[in-house]
Amino acid sequence: MSIFEYNGSALVAMVGKNCFAIASDRRLGVQLQTVATDFQRIFKIHDKLFVGLSGLATDAQTLYQRLVFRHKLYQLREERDMKPETFASLVSAILYEKRFGPYFCQPVIAGLGDEDKPFICTMDSIGAKELAKDFVVAGTASESLYGACESMFKPDMEPEELFETISQALLSSVDRDCLSGWGGHVYVV
Amino acid sequence: MECVFGMVGKEFAVVVADSSAVHSILVHKSNEDKIMLLDSHKLMGASGEPGDRAQFTEYVQKNVALYHFRNGIPLTTAAAANFTRGELATALRKNPYSVNIVLAGYDKGIGPSLYYIDYIATLHKVDKAAFGYGSYFSLAMMDRHYHKDMSVEEAIELVDKCIIEIRSRLVVAPPNFVIKIVDKDGAREYAWRESVKDAPSVA
Repeated sequence: MSIFEYNGSALVAMVGKNCFAIASDRRLGVQLQTVATDFQRIFKIHDKLFVGLSGLATDAQTLYQRLVFRHKLYQLREERDMKPETFASLVSAILYEKRFGPYFCQPVIAGLGDEDKPFICTMDSIGAKELAKDFVVAGTASESLYGACESMFKPDMEPEELFETISQALLSSVDRDCLSGWGGHVYVV
Repeated sequence: MECVFGMVGKEFAVVVADSSAVHSILVHKSNEDKIMLLDSHKLMGASGEPGDRAQFTEYVQKNVALYHFRNGIPLTTAAAANFTRGELATALRKNPYSVNIVLAGYDKGIGPSLYYIDYIATLHKVDKAAFGYGSYFSLAMMDRHYHKDMSVEEAIELVDKCIIEIRSRLVVAPPNFVIKIVDKDGAREYAWRESVKDAPSVA
């Protein structure tokens, strides 16, 4: 079994009209056994920036602690919050630092940039950024998520509709993946 | 195979561990205490590689005490859990410990809490936790019978149900278990469940 499939995860982020939504499943498992059904995979960096970390749970927790540390340092030095594009570059650099002993995580970054323009991106475990204009997915259920999002997504959705769309896409995809599920956490900003 | 499990009740938390020390096919002793008292109000039940288990839990216990000496106040359960996770995470890519931990504690103003800490430093706050082959049986029993705010009697009844399942369904079931409890009055040994007693040592 792959190390990325040890804990099981599903993450998706979508862009709407001056808003974004990011959603994850809630299962924490150890291969076939479910340990908890309320695991948090999406973390707030600041009011307009969220990062979701799929893959190995221990690396997700370690990476989150490092990112929060770096962002707090940035806030002290620059006296402002990081822009999502900058943060994505930071995550990419931190992941590539460990190129030959990587963190087994795939982050999904979602934020509102200048003038509340929504920004989403994902990257692989060594920091290869993948910017998208519509949606990004990660985790063990990513293949199902690609299909669900592609069919359900419409550009320029309002927050309420975006919430419905991302929730339905997440729930129907995790139902086809045994390693993720047990509900979802959805953040709409 | 080593079994550790625990659950949170009303104003208390309980941790149960088997007590056999095994080396390949030989049982060295069946009254090994695998639940360490970290301080007056914390319990750390550990399972895994015996040397790592003893060494790592003692290391955490001494560091918890050091914090208390340096700062005059004890660590909260959450802080102790995060410290433990940090140590496991730092060692993970250098010299990993193979210890799975169930950490229970009682904090004034917060109440009882239970933390699941994997050997690869996955940390999660839970109501019920279990490790080892025994977890397949104890988690299932707890999923069926557990509810929030159980009394001590109800919780121990559930613990006994889990122990019966482990004893009857696990092929290499450990014969003896130790039960420890932590509440506002502190952490202490509650009971042993023995089906095989060690021969009394000659004085």
